[in-house]
Amino acid sequence: MENSIEVAGLIKRFGQTTALDGLDLTVAQGEVHGFLGPNGAGKTTTIRILLGLQRADGGTARLLGGDPWHDAVSLHRRLAYVPGDVTLWPNLSGGEVIDLLGRLRGGVNRARRDELLERFDLDPRKKGRAYSKGNRQKVGLIAALASDVELLLLDEPTSGLDPLMEEVFRQVVAEETEQRGRTVLLSSHILSEVEALCDRVSIIRQGRTVETGTLTQLRHLTRTSISAELSTPPNGLADLAGVHDLHVRDHQVRLQVDSAQLDTVLRQLTSHGVRSLVSQPPTLEELFLRHYETEPSK
Amino acid sequence: MSAFTGTGALARLIVRRDRVLLPIWMLLLGLLPLSLASGTAQLYPTDAGRQGYIDSLAGNPMLLLFYGTKPDNASLGALIYWRSATGMVIMALIGVLFVIRHTRVEEEAGRRELLGATVVGRHAPVAAALATISCASVLVGALVTLGMISQHTPAGGAAAMGLAWACAGILFGAVGAAAAQLSEGAGAARGIGVAIVGVAFGVRGAGDVAGGGLSWLSWVSPLGWIYHVRAYAGDHWWVFAVIAAAAVAVTALALRLSARRDVGAGLLPPKLGPASAGPGLASPLALAWRLHRGSLYGWLIGLGIVGGLLFGGVAKTSGDLLADNEQLKQIMERLGGASGAGDVFIAGSLGLGAIAVAAYGISAALRMRTEEAALRSEALLATGVSRLRWAASHLVFAFLGPTLVMVVTGLAAGLLYGTATGAVGRELPRVLAGALVQLPAIWLLAALTVAVFGLAPRRAPAIGWAALSLCVILGQVGAALQLSQALLDVSPFTHIPHVPGGPVTAVPLVVLTALTVALVVAGLAGFRRRDVPIT
Repeated sequence: MENSIEVAGLIKRFGQTTALDGLDLTVAQGEVHGFLGPNGAGKTTTIRILLGLQRADGGTARLLGGDPWHDAVSLHRRLAYVPGDVTLWPNLSGGEVIDLLGRLRGGVNRARRDELLERFDLDPRKKGRAYSKGNRQKVGLIAALASDVELLLLDEPTSGLDPLMEEVFRQVVAEETEQRGRTVLLSSHILSEVEALCDRVSIIRQGRTVETGTLTQLRHLTRTSISAELSTPPNGLADLAGVHDLHVRDHQVRLQVDSAQLDTVLRQLTSHGVRSLVSQPPTLEELFLRHYETEPSK
Repeated sequence: MSAFTGTGALARLIVRRDRVLLPIWMLLLGLLPLSLASGTAQLYPTDAGRQGYIDSLAGNPMLLLFYGTKPDNASLGALIYWRSATGMVIMALIGVLFVIRHTRVEEEAGRRELLGATVVGRHAPVAAALATISCASVLVGALVTLGMISQHTPAGGAAAMGLAWACAGILFGAVGAAAAQLSEGAGAARGIGVAIVGVAFGVRGAGDVAGGGLSWLSWVSPLGWIYHVRAYAGDHWWVFAVIAAAAVAVTALALRLSARRDVGAGLLPPKLGPASAGPGLASPLALAWRLHRGSLYGWLIGLGIVGGLLFGGVAKTSGDLLADNEQLKQIMERLGGASGAGDVFIAGSLGLGAIAVAAYGISAALRMRTEEAALRSEALLATGVSRLRWAASHLVFAFLGPTLVMVVTGLAAGLLYGTATGAVGRELPRVLAGALVQLPAIWLLAALTVAVFGLAPRRAPAIGWAALSLCVILGQVGAALQLSQALLDVSPFTHIPHVPGGPVTAVPLVVLTALTVALVVAGLAGFRRRDVPIT
């Protein structure tokens, strides 16, 4: 299968600061790809480079088989973009903005537009200045989703949406990929949204990709928390691979273990006689938080 | 906590935000009567000379519209109060716009909400804006008074004149505060405020021009009260009581209205737009038309038609006036060549109009920067719109807009001047040519703005407006300050031939146009290569 987005070793500097420091990102055709990272990690910069709005200082970026900078206009007819903060023209109504952006992309699907207006419960007659943050976001989303395009670039598109609308957004994006075969790059902070929608995920931090893979693969990177009471004081646990945050007090043990090493660690524990055992399942949240925590930069 | 808690802090914030703009307009307006008085004192040293000057001006209804009824004596003070009355109208306009800028605009941008959640009383934002405009107006009035005293006019008249100028800003600041309560959008609030000034001006002007049985009309208008202070010609101090009562009443109304509504809401319901776009709204140019048409209409009507008719209408009178005054005639001819005095006036007016139109060209070019900084250009450039096509959609208005305004100005002025002199066929093309020769200088300033937008976008507004200010200073006071010709040559307007009347040389026009093209090309090349958006 051809890849919709191929980014390798992308570098972007703004004066003294390095926004992207060798970022890699591959999005296969037809998948929903989650793009995660803390604020300032470089998600928006990456998307702007993919849109040909900003020029990379190094590395390569390919989008729908073309060069994002040189082929910008022809590529843009095949994609739709929703920024994290949709700004509207104060004197244009929401419906006018949806139609204008759709036409500039090469056409609006009228039926789809009207259906989306209804599902997102948006009044298209209000002027741009009269919309709340969430409603501005809906205008951007409907303009993008009602266009006949192959690729959707969504940069934190649900910021400001209420939970009900968040749910509508999930349904609509699921339809986009299942029924229309569209590819989606979804930058997000919301874990449940990513778990519900994404086939694969890339986590970036400080302009670099730190993890990438399917959610199942990422779950293998998560850790199980174990606390146990043993018959005899344990030994040798600290030497085992994959054990983290080990606390031993007499017969009590608390530790975290990489999912891949779970079996080895359990064998070691049972060899000391397990009297009680509490285990907390791995969560992606824990994995993400681990990557969000800022390490002192190198 | 009272409803006014935080007023002082907010007023300081306003002064901090307007630290450049505020002193500029205060100085420009405050020193206007002084400069007018010193010039007039030299040209018309005697009462008899001034009386002749007043009578000839008062013979032109177009001028009465601006100046009001003529004073009952020909002292220097009375003449200057009368001649500079337009300055009080500008004070009124600034009062309205200033207060809306610091109340409704802040509210629309959501910044008012941020402040409202801190220790700030309900009335504090309105009170702070009114306090600031009142202090600024009083300072302008003080400058006016001191300037007039320095010209050896009676202190009582100077004080009345300064107070009248201050009152224009204070009273209409209150009007702006009330207008700001009505609509959700700052644009509509500005429209309402400016319309009130316009109606007040029109009603007052109608009363003054018609005179006789209709002269009561000018007492209906708040601007009329300010005109009726009649400094140096009776000093009607009691009128200030009327103005003060009105200012207090309007301020109280504004505060009541502001207390009755929610933050962000207006008293007038917002208008809804169409649910879907018309078939035409399908290109960047169509969008640019929506964004630019309001100001284009404004300039076409305000400067093109009204200004053009005014230039053309006054030209005949001032031509006759010049013919009577040998000294003034010599001065004007030195400025504008040895042709007829009417021609000199037309060429000079078109030169002034061209400076104003250059401001329009710069602001239209800066629209690109506004769109970029608000991230709205990003949404368009992420569709199938190339950067050049997007930029071109705005450049059409930055270059063709001023062109159209100058054409209309030239046609309107030529038509009226031709009618007055009875030779439309002769004057129309000559006056139109006078308007058109200004274009290369106007374009050059817009092109400079485009170049900076492409190469160093954050600096575009500062450099665009600084360039215009430089041209204004060099053109208006450069000669009086006896600056060197090399310095005066920096302004493109210095190189524009004085048409009609003066000799026409094509070289400067061609050079200015070539520079314009070069700057636009440089700007577009820079814009194509740089990151977007740079915020």
